[in-house]
Amino acid sequence: MNPVIPILVIVPLACAFLSMALGRFVRDLPKYFTAVVMLFLLIASFYSLINIGTGLSLYKVGGWEPVNKIPIGIYMVLDGYSAIMLCIISTIGFLSAVYSISYINRYTGEKYYYALFCLMVAGMNGVVLSGDLFNIFVFLEISVISSYALVAFGVEKNELEASFKYQVLGGIASFLILFGIGFIYWKTKTLNIADIKEAFKTGYDKTFYVFVQLLILSGFGLKAAIMPFHAWLPDAHSSAPSPISAMLSGVFIKAVGIYVIIRLFFNMFVISEEVAILITSLGTLSMVIGVFLAIGQWDIKRLLAYHSISQMGYVILAVGTGMILISRGQNRDIAALAITGGLFHLINHAAFKGLLFLNAGAIEYRLGTRNLKEMGGLSARMPVTSATSFIASMSISGLPPFNGFFSKLIIVIACVKARFYLLAVLAVIVSIVTLASFLKLQRYAFYNKAPDKENHNIKEVASPMLFSMITLGILCFLLSLLAFPSLRESILQPAVDILMDTDTYGLKIIGM
Amino acid sequence: MITYLLCFILFLVGLYGVITRRNLIKIAISLSIMEVSTFLFFALIGYIEGGRAPIVNPAEPNQVYVDPLPQALVLTAIVIGLATTSLLMAVIIRIYRKYKTFDIREIRNLRG
Amino acid sequence: MTVIVKKTTQIVAGMIFLYGAYVVIHGHLTPGGGFAGGVIMAGAFILVTLAFGSDFLNLKKEEAGSTATENISILMVILLSVIGLFIGAKIFFLNFLPKGTVGELVSAGVLPLYNIFVGIEVTSSIFIIFLALVIYKEEEST
Repeated sequence: MNPVIPILVIVPLACAFLSMALGRFVRDLPKYFTAVVMLFLLIASFYSLINIGTGLSLYKVGGWEPVNKIPIGIYMVLDGYSAIMLCIISTIGFLSAVYSISYINRYTGEKYYYALFCLMVAGMNGVVLSGDLFNIFVFLEISVISSYALVAFGVEKNELEASFKYQVLGGIASFLILFGIGFIYWKTKTLNIADIKEAFKTGYDKTFYVFVQLLILSGFGLKAAIMPFHAWLPDAHSSAPSPISAMLSGVFIKAVGIYVIIRLFFNMFVISEEVAILITSLGTLSMVIGVFLAIGQWDIKRLLAYHSISQMGYVILAVGTGMILISRGQNRDIAALAITGGLFHLINHAAFKGLLFLNAGAIEYRLGTRNLKEMGGLSARMPVTSATSFIASMSISGLPPFNGFFSKLIIVIACVKARFYLLAVLAVIVSIVTLASFLKLQRYAFYNKAPDKENHNIKEVASPMLFSMITLGILCFLLSLLAFPSLRESILQPAVDILMDTDTYGLKIIGM
Repeated sequence: MITYLLCFILFLVGLYGVITRRNLIKIAISLSIMEVSTFLFFALIGYIEGGRAPIVNPAEPNQVYVDPLPQALVLTAIVIGLATTSLLMAVIIRIYRKYKTFDIREIRNLRG
Repeated sequence: MTVIVKKTTQIVAGMIFLYGAYVVIHGHLTPGGGFAGGVIMAGAFILVTLAFGSDFLNLKKEEAGSTATENISILMVILLSVIGLFIGAKIFFLNFLPKGTVGELVSAGVLPLYNIFVGIEVTSSIFIIFLALVIYKEEEST
C-alpha cells in the first residue's frame, strides 16, 4: 500500500479550498500558494516515476481487503503508464501556474481562477490514478466542470458562446459514458477494471460487446476531440485565457480522453479486429482533416487548436496500428514499437503545444489582438517569444534535431514495418502540410514588416511568463533524448509492457 | 426487458430535443431528460427477484435485499447532474444579457 | 411579498430546517444522509430569502458568510479523512471511532460526522448558487 498515491489527489483539492478560505485575509496568497503546491506535485510525480520501474503499486481506499478473491472497495493503481501521465500533468501545470501569476492581472475575480485551476488538476490526477470504473467517471466530472467555468472566465460574448457549446456536447458525452458503465455493470456485476477483464475472458455476448465498446468510444472520443466529435474544440480552446488553453490542449484532452481510451481498450476489453480498424480509421481522418482545416485560419489560437486535432490523430493512428497487430496475433515487436511511438508523441505534443499557446498568450497580452493580419515585425521587439516560438514550430513540423522528428519517425517506421503503406504516406504528407502552416504563422507574426499604426508599448513580457516559455523551450530539446535506447528502456518501455500484457494484468492486481 | 428498452427510448427523446430545439432553455431541459433516463436505467439494474429495500433490520437475519451499489452510484450522479445544470443555467443567463435573445440561430459569433 | 406570506414563512421555515437536520443526523439508519438533508435545509434558507428579499436582508453579506461556511466544512471533511493516515494503520478514510450496536443513533464510527459536515456544505453551496443568480439579476437591473 503506497501512501504517495492518495496524497497526489488530496493535496490539490485541499489547496483549492484553503486558498479560497484564506484569500480574503492575505492579499496575494492564492497565486504563490498554487505555484508552491504545483511544485510539490511535480517533485512527488517524478519521485513516483523513478521508483515505480516495471512494477505495480496499489492502494485500497478504506483498507477493504478482497473477500473470497473478489475485490470489494475502490482501488487506486500506479504503474508505468500512469506515472508518465502524472509527470506530464504536473510539469505543464506548474509552468502554467507560474505563467498565470502575471497574466491573470487583467481579469477580476483572481482567487476563483486559482481555486478552479487546482480543482482541474486534482480531477485529472484522480482519473489517471484510479483502478475502478466509476471512480474514473467521478473525477472526470470534477475536472470537466472546472474547465467549463474556466473557458467562460472572461465573460465576453465569444467566451460565453464557446462555453455553452462545450457544455452541451460535454454533457452528452458524460451521459453516454454513464450509460456504458451501466451496461458493463449489468453484465459483469463488478466495477473493478481488473475484475471486469477476468469476467470478459470467460465469455461474452457479441452484439452487447460491440455496442458497449461503441458507447465508451463515443463518450471518451468526444472528450478527446477525435473526428467526428471535434466541433467544440476550436471555439473552446481559442476563447479560454492562454494558460488555460495551454493546459486544455496540452494535458486535458490527453488525460481525460486518450489516456482512458488506451487504458480501457488494452487493459479491460478483449481486443477485436473490427473495433481496432475503426479506431485506426478515425485517427487517420482526424489527422488529415484537422490539418487541412487549419491552413485557412487567420486567428492564431484557432489555428493552434485545429493543429491539436491533427496531432491527436497521430497518436490514435499509432495506437490503433498496435491494436490491429495484437488482435491478429501477429508480430508483437512491431506493435510495441507503434505504441512506443504513440506515447512518445503524446509527451512531445504536451511540451510544444503548451509552448505555442503560451507564446500566443504573450502576443495577445502586448498587442491586444489575435488576428494574424494585424501583427508583424515582432521578432525585433519580443526576442524571447520569437525564439521559443521558432523552436516550437520546428518541433511540431517534425524537423531534426527537435523532439517532434523522433516521435514521428518511430510512428512512420512502425507503419512501414507493419505493411500499412498508405498510413505512412499520409503521415508524411500531413507533416509537410503542418510545416507549411507554421511557416505562415512565423512569417505573418514575427518576420513581416510592421503595419502602419505605431504601437509604442510593445516590449518583452514580464519575467514569470518568460520563465515558463524558456523552460518549455529547453524541454523541447531535452525530450528528443528519449529516443535513445537506454532512456527509452527505462521510461517508455515499462508503460508499453503494462499495456500489452493482456493475460496477467488482472491476476496481478487481484492477487496483491 | 421492455423496461430497459423504454429507458433507452427516453434517452433518445432527450437527444432529439438537444439536437432540434432552438430555444436555449429547451436545450438545457432536454439535457436534464437525458440524465434522468440514465439514472432510471441504473436503478433498474440492481433489482433481484423478491428483494426488499436494503436497510438492515437486526430482528430478521435471513432476508433477500436488492443490490445497494447502483443506488449509491445514482446518488453520486444526481449531485454531479445538479452541478452541471446549475453552471449551464448561469451561462445561459449571461448569454441573454449579452446577445439579447434566446434563439440559438442568432448566437453565431464564432465561425470558420 | 404580502403579510400572509411573511407570517407563514416565519412559522414554517424553522420546521423545514429541523426536518432537514433530522434527515442528516439519521443518515446511517434511514435513507437520506448528507446530500438529501442538505438540500432540504437549503430550502429553508431560500424560502426566507424569497419572502423577505433584499429590503430586509443584506445579500452580499449572506453570500460572504455562506462561502466561509462552505470552505470550512469541506476542509473539515478532508481533515477527517486524512487523520486515518496518521493514527494506527496508514489507511486513508479509516473508520476510527468505535462502532456501537446496529440500530443505535450513536454508532457506525465516523459516519455521522461525515454526514453532518457534508450536510452543512451542501446547504451552503445551494444557497450560494441561488444568491449568485439573484445578486446578478439585481446588479443588472439597477
